[in-house]
Amino acid sequence: MSAHILGWSLTLAQVLLAFAMGLAAVRFARGPRAQDRVIGLDTFYVNAMLMLVTIGIRSGVTLYFEAALIIGMLGFVSTVALSKFLMRGEVIE
Amino acid sequence: MIRRVLPHPFLFVALLVMWLMLNQSLAPGTFLFGALVAFGGSWAMVALDPPKARLRLSRLPPALRLAGRVLIDVFRSNLAVARIILGGTERRTHSGFMTLRLDLTDRYGLAVLAIIMTCTPGTQWVHYDPARGTLLLHVLDLVDEREWANLIKQRYETLLREIFE
Amino acid sequence: MNEAPDLPLWAAVLVSLLVVAGAAITLIGSVGLVRLPDFYSRLHAPSLGATLGTGCILIGSMLCFGVLRDRLLIHEALIALFITITTPVTMMLLARASLYRDRVEGNRAAPEHDPEPTEP
Repeated sequence: MSAHILGWSLTLAQVLLAFAMGLAAVRFARGPRAQDRVIGLDTFYVNAMLMLVTIGIRSGVTLYFEAALIIGMLGFVSTVALSKFLMRGEVIE
Repeated sequence: MIRRVLPHPFLFVALLVMWLMLNQSLAPGTFLFGALVAFGGSWAMVALDPPKARLRLSRLPPALRLAGRVLIDVFRSNLAVARIILGGTERRTHSGFMTLRLDLTDRYGLAVLAIIMTCTPGTQWVHYDPARGTLLLHVLDLVDEREWANLIKQRYETLLREIFE
Repeated sequence: MNEAPDLPLWAAVLVSLLVVAGAAITLIGSVGLVRLPDFYSRLHAPSLGATLGTGCILIGSMLCFGVLRDRLLIHEALIALFITITTPVTMMLLARASLYRDRVEGNRAAPEHDPEPTEP
């Protein structure tokens, strides 16, 4: 019974997060300026990370949480590099 | 003396504990490798050369008070911004820039203030000018600038100055 | 597909509520990313998901695995710490990059000079 409740609400949460990822992708595709695309990408990363956490709760496998950490780090590094690029036109000063 | 070998002993211990907890074992191999990683990490910190921060036990009560306030405000501002996003078109057009003169000058204090401003949606830190001590902010619901200025100065800045100065 | 850990009923309900609330808040943030009219307003939207959304889902996960007692809760704590520290950095850098670009181009999206300081 309780596994049922948790299972269905995890599914609901995953659907909501999938919608959120879709909306972030819409902002990434639509722009209009480069910084809008970067913020769309950053949101996409955060939402993907949360999606991995919900998958981790469902399966109980620690590996998903480690994957979530790495996705978070990748998102951080790429957003920082892209904003640096937007500011100066080169990544490393 | 110990700083000759270990420049940041607290960082070393923290990194080692984190490594052991991530691996969830106390096997000698894990311990040794964790010590190696922590050693490398604390020497990498030397290259960054961060300004000295002092940790004092007497600063704990204001720090806890600040943490409580921020927790409440994260809730409140999240709900406020959610209401703006889901509300009518007219609600979404009150955003704007404002400048604020800060009395806080400590670099760690400013860093914590930046984290607080970003963690409470609705206010966004844009640029701090260290020469003039002014902060450029973008506020989503900019109806009364003075109210926001009062909120930031009284609710956060006074406590941050107590903690860091 | 629909398997989930077997928790006591109260914990299952609580975890469910937290996870769904976190996902809903994150979705609202992403809706804001599409609906808000200009770039600087859109900057506020993702931090909804990065603060309360992440917080709710991670607390739910901590509760779930805390009740099950099968591992330490260090991963959630690390993710939370990491997100709290990095989100301000990315948002601040993006805001500054955008301000710089707008000022160089001289369009009206950003003020040419900082406005006068507001005195409380």
